[in-house]
Amino acid sequence: MSITINHVTHIYNPGTAMAKTALDDVSMEFRDGEFIGLIGHTGSGKSTLIQHLNALLKPTSGEILLNGENIHQDKKRLKEIRQRVGLVFQYPEHQLFEMTVYKDVAYGPTNLGLSLEEIDRRVREALEVVGMGEETYEKSPFELSGGQKRRVAIAGILAMQPEVLVLDEPTAGLDPKGRDEILDAVQEMHRRLGLLVVLVSHSMEDVARLADRIFVMHQGKVAFSGTPKEVFSHAKELEQIGLAAPQVSYILEGLRQKGFSIPKDLYTIEEAAKAISDCLQGTKP
Amino acid sequence: MIRDITIGQYYAANSLIHRLDARLKVVAVMIYIITLFCIGSVAAYGLAIVALAAVVVSSKVPLRFMLRGIQSIFLIIVLTGIINVFTNKTGVPLWGRDWYLITTGGLSMAGMIILRLMMLIIASSLLTLTTTPIQLTDGIEYLLKPFGKIGVPYHEIAMMMTIALRFIPTLLDETDKIMKAQQARGADFETGNLMQRAKALVPILVPLFISAFRRAEELATAMEARCYRGGAHRTKMNQMAFGTADYGATALCVVFLLAEAVLSIWL
Repeated sequence: MSITINHVTHIYNPGTAMAKTALDDVSMEFRDGEFIGLIGHTGSGKSTLIQHLNALLKPTSGEILLNGENIHQDKKRLKEIRQRVGLVFQYPEHQLFEMTVYKDVAYGPTNLGLSLEEIDRRVREALEVVGMGEETYEKSPFELSGGQKRRVAIAGILAMQPEVLVLDEPTAGLDPKGRDEILDAVQEMHRRLGLLVVLVSHSMEDVARLADRIFVMHQGKVAFSGTPKEVFSHAKELEQIGLAAPQVSYILEGLRQKGFSIPKDLYTIEEAAKAISDCLQGTKP
Repeated sequence: MIRDITIGQYYAANSLIHRLDARLKVVAVMIYIITLFCIGSVAAYGLAIVALAAVVVSSKVPLRFMLRGIQSIFLIIVLTGIINVFTNKTGVPLWGRDWYLITTGGLSMAGMIILRLMMLIIASSLLTLTTTPIQLTDGIEYLLKPFGKIGVPYHEIAMMMTIALRFIPTLLDETDKIMKAQQARGADFETGNLMQRAKALVPILVPLFISAFRRAEELATAMEARCYRGGAHRTKMNQMAFGTADYGATALCVVFLLAEAVLSIWL
């Protein structure tokens, strides 16, 4: 599934004193099976943008195409669009409401009107992908840890079997362990199910490690786009809009200035570790 | 949609009415409402309308904000009017007989009640439109103080009102967010029969209650961490003080009351 965002503008409360342009002529293209990183400061329009992707918001002007088809063409198909584009909101664990983990994950597929066997199959598969074992199925979602709750909530979206998975800050407010669990699960879904993943994040490290392409939003516009290497080469400009390149790139830059021979354009911790150890071995007498 | 709900809405403007002491405004509105239900003559009603109009104009609040309040209880106004037309059988009969007899007495009674209700709503919405929630609760707290002697927890009541008002917009935002999250899971709130629609509310209400309790707990912890322990010996950042304008307004209220008394008793 590919998504095309064509000159989309969104204005909240149009025609009133509180009118606010959240998106200003935004155009993007996401291709099938890609892992997209969407970064930007609070209020840059990221959350507004992703709510357009499954038709929860309607653009003031412009259009969103799913596989070349305008999503607002047919009002009756909104439910189908929302099934095909799975949207995981910020703090998704706040939407849990059922008595058991199993029932909560089954809520989405049940809304789709599937057979009981199909629901059961999807629920088990979704919970397995996010790494929740069978012993948790009959637990109340409210007795789980923060990271577990969030994985259950993500499984609730996965059980709809979307073709696109959009995640809004899936690691916000989690401890490092919870964060790794979620990101591993997301990577697993991308690899195993071949989904187009759109990851909204504050963390440059996460995006640098996972994304194929990055879009940087600033004040409702696309400020930069391209591969992580292309985008993070604009470190100075990123700083000007309150963002930054991954921290490790600053360490490498410092080392380079001290005269160590370390190649440019390295943005993940793994690459940096390798480069530093290569450099150290090279300088050994 | 959900953001259109306005309860105790404040309209920011810089007018004489806005600057008046909240205590005075609360008492004045109470007196005005009681007056509305005591007066009888046409002249007395005329004076009450003129007085209200004068306050509305000097408050600089657009009239449509007050009419919105009337809109919300429109049904009650209409029903009260109809009931009054058919239950009051005094005066000259005009049309119909038996239980659906309409008389001049019934019509004038209905007109009077409708007028009263509308003025009541306008007066009380003026109070919330021109007074910030904080000032309002401060004023109410002060006015309830005498009842503290008979065990009324006046400070706690005022604090609860402040917190409730403060969290209305927050909970509306939260509802909006939860609705969207469940819609993303294929929830449908718009179609189906009454039973199905009621059932569709569960996935919204459960998370909403949980989040309300979570917020309450967090707020309680935050208050305790700042050593909050109720009203005793607390001072206020903004002390309420009666100024020249407040004394002037008080005098006007007294004049209004006396005039109403004269108009209803001797005319």
